[in-house]
Amino acid sequence: MTTPAEPYALPTEASVEVSAEEHQFNELIAADSRIEPRDWMPEGYRKTLVRQISQHAHSEIIGMQPEANWITRAPSLKRKAILMAKVQDEAGHGLYLYSAAQTLGTTRDEMTDALIAGKARYSSIFNYPSPTWADMGAIGWLVDGAAICNQVPLCRASYGPYGRAMVRICKEESFHQRQGFEILLELMNGTPAQREMAQDAVNRWYWPALQMFGPPDNDSPNSAQSMAWNIKRFSNDELRQRFVGMCVPQAEVLGVTLPDPDLRYNEETKEYDMGEIDWTEFHEVLAGRGPANARRLQRRREAHEDGAWVREAAAAYARKQAVRSKAVA
Amino acid sequence: MMSAPGTSEKEIWPLWEVFVRASRGISHTHVGSLHAPDASLAVRNARDLYTRRGEGVSVWVVPADAITTSDPDAKGAFFESPAGKNYRHASYYSKSEGVKHL
Repeated sequence: MTTPAEPYALPTEASVEVSAEEHQFNELIAADSRIEPRDWMPEGYRKTLVRQISQHAHSEIIGMQPEANWITRAPSLKRKAILMAKVQDEAGHGLYLYSAAQTLGTTRDEMTDALIAGKARYSSIFNYPSPTWADMGAIGWLVDGAAICNQVPLCRASYGPYGRAMVRICKEESFHQRQGFEILLELMNGTPAQREMAQDAVNRWYWPALQMFGPPDNDSPNSAQSMAWNIKRFSNDELRQRFVGMCVPQAEVLGVTLPDPDLRYNEETKEYDMGEIDWTEFHEVLAGRGPANARRLQRRREAHEDGAWVREAAAAYARKQAVRSKAVA
Repeated sequence: MMSAPGTSEKEIWPLWEVFVRASRGISHTHVGSLHAPDASLAVRNARDLYTRRGEGVSVWVVPADAITTSDPDAKGAFFESPAGKNYRHASYYSKSEGVKHL
């Protein structure tokens, strides 16, 4: 037994200078209320949010690419229409999030510039290729499933505009996950080759999906502060565990095998024990050395540069119209 | 006085705030913002961005820099007037308790 630490080791309230505004901020956080754009906030809180929300927005925008890859080759007109609706949603999610980040004083143009210059991060998951139609199923089921797990608690994030954007996004994501599940289920009810294709896609997406929750808690230095600020509500490992718990029975319905030989139910903890995640791979992909990083970024840069004349022409037209309507008035 | 948060002169397309009427009988409610070169494209973008699932029967777009907001640093003083005036609420009047239709 160790003796408890002496209380004088802790700073007393009087010893820490807290401004009136900071005091109000702390009170709002303590009451689990919301911070709104024009409220005073610590610089670290603002920076954390800009980083997190813009990364999230970039992920949605880059995330359009692996699926857009299959729009022209979808197996039926219905599947094509669904896939287009889904990719359009991802674009919408990116825009909701850029809007939310913009209320913190960073413009969308600045965020886009950072992304195409390769200075901003986005979720490592979108740096994997999508070579088969079954990938559309596995992405919807596993990638969107993991995203939902991460995002539902973010609806209660302490920053008002972020939470509100997440509410909209979560409503739309559940369609994404269900349509992915349905694609896999149809393949699993199909020919042996189709079943094999579905299983192969699950094998490739399962581990990267688990990595979407971020590094393990003991290697996630910013998590504690984000949780103290009520931005994050659950730790990376908690959310990952919850996701695996949901995947197992769903995999049974599908008839696919999750590619983790160490995955088994632990009667004591009432949770699934899982195998070791390859964090070297995670860090490699995050550092830009994943299978599709260069391609994804180049595609985004080209789209932005190719669209420059449209943005400029529309702005010039708007200026001209404004001058004309003034002249008439 | 300040305008809505997020506007910047540096951007090629200005920022617009979007308000959607969810159904007849309800006011337009703020749903978020978007970028557009002019008002008519802002309305179309608002339809595509905020009403993909029939969330609205009408949209308003307003240039974000045309909105004037109360000063956030003075919100205590600015909204002080109702404080202590609970006689403005029906619940202040307790003598009529038990009397019907009042």
